[in-house]
Amino acid sequence: MKIVKKNLNYIIIGSVAFIMMILGIVGLPLSITELLEKIAIAIILAVSLNMVVGFLGELSLGHAGFMCIGAYMGGKLAALLSSSLGGTNILTVILALIVGGLCAGICGFIVGLPALRLRGDYLAIVTLAFGEIVKNIVENSDFFGGQTGLKSPQFIKNRFILFTIGFLVVLLTIFVIQNIIKSKHGRAITAIRDNEIAAKATGINVTKYKLMGFVVSAVFAGLAGALYSFTCSNIQAITFDYNYSIEILVIVVLGGMTVNGSIISATLITALNTILQTKLGGSFAVAKDLIYALILILVVIYKNAPALKDFREKYNLGNLWRKIFKHKNDPSTVRDDATRWDVVPTKISMDEVLSTEIIVDNTGDNSADIGERGGNK
Amino acid sequence: MAKLFDKIKSFVDKKILKNTHKRENIQSDFVLETRGLGISFGGLKAAQNVNLRIKKNEIYGLIGPNGAGKTTVFNLLTGVYQPTEGAFYLNGEDLTALPQDKINHKGIARTFQNIRLFNNMTVIRNVMVGLANQPEYNCSLFESIFRLPRHFKVEKAMRQRAKEILRIFDLEDERNNLACNLPYGKQRKLEIARALATNPKLLLLDEPAAGMNPNETEDLVNTIKTIRDNFDMTILLIEHDMKFVSGLCDEITVLNFGTVLAEGDTKTALNNPDVIKAYIGG
Repeated sequence: MKIVKKNLNYIIIGSVAFIMMILGIVGLPLSITELLEKIAIAIILAVSLNMVVGFLGELSLGHAGFMCIGAYMGGKLAALLSSSLGGTNILTVILALIVGGLCAGICGFIVGLPALRLRGDYLAIVTLAFGEIVKNIVENSDFFGGQTGLKSPQFIKNRFILFTIGFLVVLLTIFVIQNIIKSKHGRAITAIRDNEIAAKATGINVTKYKLMGFVVSAVFAGLAGALYSFTCSNIQAITFDYNYSIEILVIVVLGGMTVNGSIISATLITALNTILQTKLGGSFAVAKDLIYALILILVVIYKNAPALKDFREKYNLGNLWRKIFKHKNDPSTVRDDATRWDVVPTKISMDEVLSTEIIVDNTGDNSADIGERGGNK
Repeated sequence: MAKLFDKIKSFVDKKILKNTHKRENIQSDFVLETRGLGISFGGLKAAQNVNLRIKKNEIYGLIGPNGAGKTTVFNLLTGVYQPTEGAFYLNGEDLTALPQDKINHKGIARTFQNIRLFNNMTVIRNVMVGLANQPEYNCSLFESIFRLPRHFKVEKAMRQRAKEILRIFDLEDERNNLACNLPYGKQRKLEIARALATNPKLLLLDEPAAGMNPNETEDLVNTIKTIRDNFDMTILLIEHDMKFVSGLCDEITVLNFGTVLAEGDTKTALNNPDVIKAYIGG
């Protein structure tokens, strides 16, 4: 059991890779491959946005803008390469990914340098404007195909390879962002989130670390965009409007602003969205947004309603996890510094404070203690 | 990347913020020396012609009635405000008009009047944030991402050092608790511990005894003395509790309406008729 627990990440990754290999040999229907690609992109976007929203504590609404840059730069490069080489291969995809990520990262640096001096709502507005500007520039430039959109070199022949690349990029994203957050750089970033004034006084270069978080997040958004450019036949600039940014933000917030939560909620929400889109045809298509919104509201109510508190505590995944791995209240298994780095625990502790009941201890010792104190006075 | 960033920043400083103070180092026997330090917000002169001279290993008090400009002086010394006149020197090195983090690297650390901890982080992580800027714990982003050996070495050393610092403040057993869940007195101590972790030459304490009961205050007096002896530290503190000040400080400066009212040996300065007048009125 201990070995399993220690290497859990590798076991999960290995088993997923194994399943994918078998499925790749057997052959998946196109709809499921498409869904998996969409999920991979959503996970990359959510985890990278979580770097800014969850760990840096700034509200960014321009994530789709960075994705747009990655998609167009990567897509255009791949289109140029494939027309000159006469076909796409894996090298084209990798080059496109690198270029898409780099371009988005540079844009993130340029935008972040002035914008991160702003706080809260102002930063949200600037990033929102950035997303719209990028969308409009791309939409109106003939180099990128203009209104009709950029025709991307597709991978229809072998979607499975594309999915594998997507899977690897997801792993890379989680690996890099987790490692940053679990290092001294990540501590500085979370310190800025908690108290910027104190962080400055403690010798943290606030602008540098804010920029670091912002650029890393932009690079991975660019990667997701480049990946996206291979999954669809025609890149439309209208896809990357602010609604898309907010959709990613919804995923991050529903995931509780943690890495693990972002992955889970990205998977579920993308699957839900796609299933609703395919099942509800014709005149019911309008109902899609309605059902989607309703589910979101229900989830938020379930997470926060005081009336459901007991139910939540009794049936939650965390308890199940602890039961399986039996480290509930066992001091020997609590690691030093417990590394609860990915939790934003203010709300939870407030919950505990509010629900604390005064436990009256009726044992003999206690009353004797009170008697003694009374006697002394 | 870092060099480019510094270049851009210095350009912004010079051309856009028009920060024209020319830094000149001086010969000084004092840890902190301020020469005619002052700031005015428009017509309001919040601090004016403040001359502090703090010797090594001294506990120096900065007192005065409410609104006298004590915290303003602290904010000037830590770079929160840029002084409009005068300059200050740490061991003869001119630190005027440097950004806050640079001043901290040079060796001035502070605590705040209203506690400012990193609430959602554990106690030990609060201290480790403070340790991060020291050269022996240097570790680049690349090394952290790819988990090269240096990363693990640095993390282990930092954790060890943080534990040592927490032990001095009796906080070692609480190291895995969240900072916001600590009681008030311990939060104060943690703030001092975090400031000490940045390895300063001069420690600024802004009302360390505010809101403490007599027992906790006594405890704090001992802690501050221990810090001075163990860390070879010079301490400048603001305080309203006169018993605390007269029991702890070697020298004091009394401020009133942004100007220096009296300075020198604690007893003499406190018995100065001007000081008594400023406190009691009349």
